[in-house]
Amino acid sequence: MTTLPYLVAGWLFLVGCYGLVTSRNLVHTVACLTVAQSATYVLLLAVGFRAGATAPVFGDIPVGTRVVDPVVQALSLTDIVVSATVTAVLLALTIQIHKRHGTVDPDELRALRD
Amino acid sequence: MSRRVRLVLFVVVAPVFAVLFFLATRGLPGFGSEFHPYGDRAVAVATGQRATANVVSSVNFDQRGVDTLGEEFILFGSVIGTVVLLRPAPGEREVGRRGAGRVLPTTRLAGYLLLPVTVLVGLYVIAHGQLSPGGGFQGGVVLATGWHLLYIAGRYAALRRAAPPTVLEIVESIGAAAFAAIGLAGLVIGGAFLVNFLPVGSFNDLLSGGTVPLLNGAVGVAVAAAIVLLLSGFLEQAVVLRRTEEPLAGSSIIAEEPLAGSSIIAEEPLAGSSIGAEEPIAGSSIIADGTEQR
Amino acid sequence: MSPTVEALPSLLVAVPLLAATVLAASGRFLPRLAIDAASILSCLLVLAGSVMLLVTTGSRRVVSWLGGYSPVHGSSVGVVFVVDRVGAGLATLIAALVTAALIYTWRYFDEVEGYFHALLLLFLAGMVGFALTGDLFDAFVFFELMGAVAYALTGYKIEEPKPLQGALNFAVINSLGAYCSLLGIGLIYGRTGELGFAQIQRVLAGQRTDWLVLMGIALVFTGFLVKGAAVPFHFWLADAHAVAPSPVCVLFSGVMVELGLYGVARTWSAAFSPVLPAERLRPVLMAAGVLTAVIGAAMCLVQSHLKRLLAFSTVGHVGMFLVALGALEPAAIGGLAVYVLGHAAVKGALFLCAGVLLNARGSVDEAELHGQGRDLPVTRICFLVGGLALAALPPFGTWLGKTLAEDGLSHAGFSWAGYLFVGVSAVTGGAVLRAGMRIFLGAGTSPDTQDDTRGSDENRETTYDVGRIPVIMLAPVVALLATGLILGLVPGLATLAHDAARQLLDPTGYAAAALDGIRAVPPPTPAESWTASGVLLGLLSVLLALVVAAVGLYADRLPQLLRRGADVLTLPFRAVRTAHSGHLGDYVVWLLFGVTLLTIGLAAT
Repeated sequence: MTTLPYLVAGWLFLVGCYGLVTSRNLVHTVACLTVAQSATYVLLLAVGFRAGATAPVFGDIPVGTRVVDPVVQALSLTDIVVSATVTAVLLALTIQIHKRHGTVDPDELRALRD
Repeated sequence: MSRRVRLVLFVVVAPVFAVLFFLATRGLPGFGSEFHPYGDRAVAVATGQRATANVVSSVNFDQRGVDTLGEEFILFGSVIGTVVLLRPAPGEREVGRRGAGRVLPTTRLAGYLLLPVTVLVGLYVIAHGQLSPGGGFQGGVVLATGWHLLYIAGRYAALRRAAPPTVLEIVESIGAAAFAAIGLAGLVIGGAFLVNFLPVGSFNDLLSGGTVPLLNGAVGVAVAAAIVLLLSGFLEQAVVLRRTEEPLAGSSIIAEEPLAGSSIIAEEPLAGSSIGAEEPIAGSSIIADGTEQR
Repeated sequence: MSPTVEALPSLLVAVPLLAATVLAASGRFLPRLAIDAASILSCLLVLAGSVMLLVTTGSRRVVSWLGGYSPVHGSSVGVVFVVDRVGAGLATLIAALVTAALIYTWRYFDEVEGYFHALLLLFLAGMVGFALTGDLFDAFVFFELMGAVAYALTGYKIEEPKPLQGALNFAVINSLGAYCSLLGIGLIYGRTGELGFAQIQRVLAGQRTDWLVLMGIALVFTGFLVKGAAVPFHFWLADAHAVAPSPVCVLFSGVMVELGLYGVARTWSAAFSPVLPAERLRPVLMAAGVLTAVIGAAMCLVQSHLKRLLAFSTVGHVGMFLVALGALEPAAIGGLAVYVLGHAAVKGALFLCAGVLLNARGSVDEAELHGQGRDLPVTRICFLVGGLALAALPPFGTWLGKTLAEDGLSHAGFSWAGYLFVGVSAVTGGAVLRAGMRIFLGAGTSPDTQDDTRGSDENRETTYDVGRIPVIMLAPVVALLATGLILGLVPGLATLAHDAARQLLDPTGYAAAALDGIRAVPPPTPAESWTASGVLLGLLSVLLALVVAAVGLYADRLPQLLRRGADVLTLPFRAVRTAHSGHLGDYVVWLLFGVTLLTIGLAAT
């Protein structure tokens, strides 16, 4: 059995971090954060997969049919809402930073240098 | 540290992380394995005693309902947070929405035609959360989308009059409070917080799942109001808020600036964003148009 | 057993949530007094419930299965709240601090419309939920709830540039940390197929320690340690503390950061201990603690922005907390618990003093405020006493906690920790005293003002006439300090804390309570109290703090040679200082560096 889908999660996380590290625009930064987070969806869903099974919804299929793990799907749903709302807060902050600092380039934000 | 040093450090650390993560995944059961003890139990409970065909909804709203309570309040808190962060700062005020252009008749027609369909789909998705993929969160977003069709059809002013932020906040609060209140009702009636205290009905019926559809409804209301509130917060930044000193002239040209409040920035010596004020791009007329229809 | 107590944990979360919705919906129609009264009342309700739990947990753990899914044959599909003395104590601390912050806010902000209060109540619910839950994913949800609200609270002053950047740094780094935790949860779930702490513990029992569990645990810990501001995850803390409204800082420093450490302790003990023996975790926590303590203390010394100074003093204290936690042994952790309470009270009072200064003088910059605080008598006394208490002056709670932790550590064979504790207390207390003497007594000369992050251009947080400091703002300051003092004098506190630590470090009892319904706990045994040498060490650190303060105030009068020597000695710390760049990209690299190091550290020991 393969572990490749799990590695996709690691890859996504690192790509998101790379974007965060090199970002020149805070909107891009926020987007990169959601890329890093999407690693968690991939990992959770991959962990819950069952070969040859179907979705855990028994509207059209008989009870007892082999289904994938519903718990990780519920966790992913929660995770998605968390991501969307935190993104909204971050974008609101970015808008205000643009107004007060006149820039959204992290390299130009120097107010908190020690 | 400089960009260069930062990148070098990242290039050193990231491969180590990658190797560790690779080693870790070797210890997981292979992809597609049969090892899902919690998942199997959740399926058994949902299809058995709880009569909820959509097991994911049963996990979200019944078995692990407190997660979703937390999630609902993360949404609620973020929306309040965003409203607070996007409130008019001292020195900014709302200006009348003048200088709107036209909306293409076809756009308007499409908006009006799609509106009832979208609202119906949204309500359907909310109401069938216990049976088929969907539920309060998904349906709430669809409902909010329907609302914004009105906006695309050029009725922003009417939209604001019909549902001012105050009303939306109250609706959102009621939705969120309803979730917590249903949880407390469970505590009073069933002896445990968020217990599924209603009759579960028969499997695969519209009225099955006990409190699951009720909670889905509460979430649907809260989410629809929350998304409208969020988007209107950002739209206000784009089309309504101005520095007080600023003349109203440039107000219709802001839309294409990615960070919305560009005309405010244009006043400030720091920002090099006056391009937006000189080169109106085609797409700008959509939002500018939406600002006023009388 | 009475069913009402079983209902308490969920009520402690649900009541503030409901109150927040009421305030958000009706805040703009209500008079200010009603908003304040309603929020303080719901906070007091939570406080009363927490105290009831604290009493009950003396004889048994309080377990509530949410949704009524009590376990059958040790397994369940639901989420459980398991409350022991540490959880109940934390809930009490959280509710008390939020109450203090709310009372202080009464005259602090003018235009609120209930939003600020609603956010504080949501913050309260998130923190309490995190302290009570017995489920890994549920902990993540409450963790994110407190996070999302905290970000908005930090950036509350949108008309200023710094709070916005501070909030963004805080939000991005904490979110990334939380996502690390979630990756870890995914890995752990893949292995165990469970999410409850107790269930995970039982599945992991007897398994070997491989890379999967090591990395899963390291990732879960990363999110907690980011919140807990352990080096190298601590960068966000000073940025956020320096700019957040002062009453919010009280909560951040007093309890949110400590909850991060609690997360590590709880998940380790209740879930991961079968595959991660104490011998493996101990060196990692202690190394991180020493590093955090030294860097925090050193950074604290060079700040002139008062709130940033206090923030780095928190980092220094977190370092000590980590060392005490690292003993993984009841006596030291009991001391840690007392220390956390004392620190919360004292640090809270100091942050509120900084807020008073900001309102009265429009600045929190030490150099600019030179001598400006002479005519604020109450604030002056409170700030200076707070500085002494931070340096562990007997009989303050900080001192009692420090001496109990030192004794516990030295009995466990870590007598070196005593030197570290005295040193860090002296340096952080000395820095606060230096600033206090300069501002309130006009002592010393104006320091050079080359810092990039200065406290001089902060805006006031109120617009009313500030000729007189309202009593309602000073009351919480005095009350917090008095609490800090009383904590050191309460006779049974050491025993209670020791008992709490013993419950925290009892994985078997935790799992039995959650899954088998065996909830009784052994009765508390009297803990060792303080000793004469503890008093002497406390006095020593206060004395050293005064020396540090004096040197800071009169550095220019020292002989040339001594100053040269000091310059050479502080050379490594300049490099550390430049690392605090305020740049998000840097912080992300450090975070990644930290996760990697943590994994390797757990594997290597």
